[in-house]
Amino acid sequence: MGDVLLARWQFGITSVYHFLFVPLTLGLSVLVAIMETLYVRTGNELYKRMAKFWGKLFLLNFSLGVVTGLVQEFQFGMNWSEYSRFMGDIFGVPLALEALTAFYLESVFIGLWLFGWDRLSRKTHLACIWLVAFASNLSALWILIANSFMQAPVGYVLRNGRAEMTDFFALLTNSYVLRQYPHTLMGGLITAGVFVMAISAYHLLRKNQFEFFRTSLRLGLTCALIASVLAAGTGHMQAQHVAKAQPMKLAVMESLWETANPAPYLLFASIDQDKQQNSLEISVPGALSLLVYGSLDGEIKGIKELQTQYAQQYGPGNYIPDIFPVFWSYRIMIGAGMWLLALTAFAFFQLRQNRLEQTPWLLRAIFWSLPVPYLANSAGWIVTEMGRQPWIVFGLQRVEQAVSPNVSSGAVWISLIGFTVLYGLLAVVGVHLLKKFARQGPEPANSDNVATTAKEATLWN
Amino acid sequence: MELNVIWFILLTVLFIGFFFLEGFDYGVGALLPFLGKTDLERRIVINTIGPVWDGNEVWMITAGGAMFAAFPHMYATLFSGFYLALFLMLVALIGRGVAFEFRSKEEYPQWRATWDWLIFFGSVIPAVLWGVTVTNLIQGVPIDAKMHFVGTFFDLLSPYTLVGGVTFLFVFIFHGAIYLNLKTEGELRIRSRQAALTSGIIAAVSCLTLVGLTYAKTDLFKSAAAGGALCAAIATFLAAYALVKLNRSGWAFGLSGLTILLTTAGFFLGLFPRVLVSSLNPAWSLTIHNAASSPYTLKLMTVAAFILVPVVLAYQAWSYWVFRQRISGKHLEY
Repeated sequence: MGDVLLARWQFGITSVYHFLFVPLTLGLSVLVAIMETLYVRTGNELYKRMAKFWGKLFLLNFSLGVVTGLVQEFQFGMNWSEYSRFMGDIFGVPLALEALTAFYLESVFIGLWLFGWDRLSRKTHLACIWLVAFASNLSALWILIANSFMQAPVGYVLRNGRAEMTDFFALLTNSYVLRQYPHTLMGGLITAGVFVMAISAYHLLRKNQFEFFRTSLRLGLTCALIASVLAAGTGHMQAQHVAKAQPMKLAVMESLWETANPAPYLLFASIDQDKQQNSLEISVPGALSLLVYGSLDGEIKGIKELQTQYAQQYGPGNYIPDIFPVFWSYRIMIGAGMWLLALTAFAFFQLRQNRLEQTPWLLRAIFWSLPVPYLANSAGWIVTEMGRQPWIVFGLQRVEQAVSPNVSSGAVWISLIGFTVLYGLLAVVGVHLLKKFARQGPEPANSDNVATTAKEATLWN
Repeated sequence: MELNVIWFILLTVLFIGFFFLEGFDYGVGALLPFLGKTDLERRIVINTIGPVWDGNEVWMITAGGAMFAAFPHMYATLFSGFYLALFLMLVALIGRGVAFEFRSKEEYPQWRATWDWLIFFGSVIPAVLWGVTVTNLIQGVPIDAKMHFVGTFFDLLSPYTLVGGVTFLFVFIFHGAIYLNLKTEGELRIRSRQAALTSGIIAAVSCLTLVGLTYAKTDLFKSAAAGGALCAAIATFLAAYALVKLNRSGWAFGLSGLTILLTTAGFFLGLFPRVLVSSLNPAWSLTIHNAASSPYTLKLMTVAAFILVPVVLAYQAWSYWVFRQRISGKHLEY
């Protein structure tokens, strides 16, 4: 493998892995904050136990997100030094602001929240978790502002051999991020909602702590249902925007080789990238134009025409991303989203009929749907990032120009294998602990959660 | 004052904050297996930094992010050049970070011992590597005319830089032992004072060696301010040691912190106006000018830093105030 490919694999593996934990942090921080708000407002201990139980799972997940985030912060410089030189003037700013406005807030107040149950007043303690929720969702905004520049550069000028910022406000109001951010937030809320639903369903099937998990399930369901509807809406808007901002990405998402008006939506395609054609396709005529323009009259540019156009604009070269992973990831994401929308809508209907907790097959379906939001989150990022290839910054810098020229492939092999093995071990341990505490359920209603001093044994002498 | 200079100062401030806070935090981690004889004691040791270690670590992330924003070439050259060192540090920090959260989640001794050692190595390795890094900054590393690091991992290791690593480690352990002395009771408190006295001796010897070698091997002492800061650091260190002897841990902690502040300031003053020194040709060094972002970005980041850093300091200080009590065996979260 070439150095570029190695560095890409490392970035891909570490980023997808990092983003397994991030959406749950984004969404579950909000849900735990809501639980604790209910506790502070009603004084009902049930909500406090909910905040503590879900908070414990939140923290396990949070710590994995934090440590894998460290790698993200450093590997731009490590593996993509030429990107960092070219883009530092712009890209470094949201990263530094993310640390200054969000990371400090998040990590200081999560410490106060975890250790502060007995030291802070109820309201101050509640404020801590809201600050954590605010900060984690703010950090997502900063990193997406940075990512959106890579998708659709704004507010810059090319000077001194690099991209320099001329308008910070343009960066903040990049039309790309205005669509990407809400969609990501909804992804987080869906993940958290489904996470809470699935674990609650597991316990309801076993008739454990009925009241506790019934309440949790309802909260998770409400969150997941609303977020699923909004995710579909924001996703639709985002795809419409991609049609304008990155027509090549859209054409690849749809494996549309020839420009068409109206353009069909493909349900299935057997893609032959070398021959530049789909050897087999099942399509809904006109549906893509309808989705993009809201009308059956609308031209969608095909891959071939865009390739010709880009070669004229940017010089000779191959401007077509790998179609297979983008096309299918996009369908996996949409399929996953549709499944969750249908599941939550039906579960809500059953709830209104007061039958939700009495429908074992539905509870089982909810439980087994736990991986679905994770699949959707990862697939969504694969579309976004692989669909931008060969660019690292759209129209400005190509991936092979961005890689560190002085880092040997031996060194990248070491880190690639090292991170992969380490992340694999973390996954085993993390899943083990999450499963253990999810199964164990909440503390019994009236036990005082004092440290288990009595059980302490002398282990080392 | 010129924006590039302001940013050099701000970067120094961020590194001071990082070394001051993570310094005792790493020190506590390095002492964990030796001071905690029982599981309860180890939990107490971990809980002294439990609520704050994550916030401390953000100083490092912010220093990295600010370097990216203000001096992108420094970020690019340093991080790609010190690739394997950074990889090692990241692995160490990942293990350490999850260890705090995971350690007490299972009862059996083997589980807990594993995480304890990850906390130990996760604290020792970054402490040593930062010492190696800072001494390499001042000594110079092979950087070519295109700002690319052209050496290997082993070029970073020399007697001088290894002394730097050992010094950072033992000063942090000393700093951490004093912190533990302030935060624990009874037997642990006595043991941490002893640890401060023992590690202090090693730290004193390595500090003196480091300053001597810095004089011999680098041009740091050409700057009177930088040389003065390093000498003052030795003085504050000795004062801190004497105060530990006299059982005045509060003052001793302030002075060990001041030692870290002065050492960091000294090295950065010695670098100024360079940010990375080329050992191949002085003209190829990265400076606050050729490594910097555009004036627009520097101005923007200056405004942001002047507004945000005081706010951060305020709430972080408040969190230390909330957890100001000594840690006893009750209410342990980790």
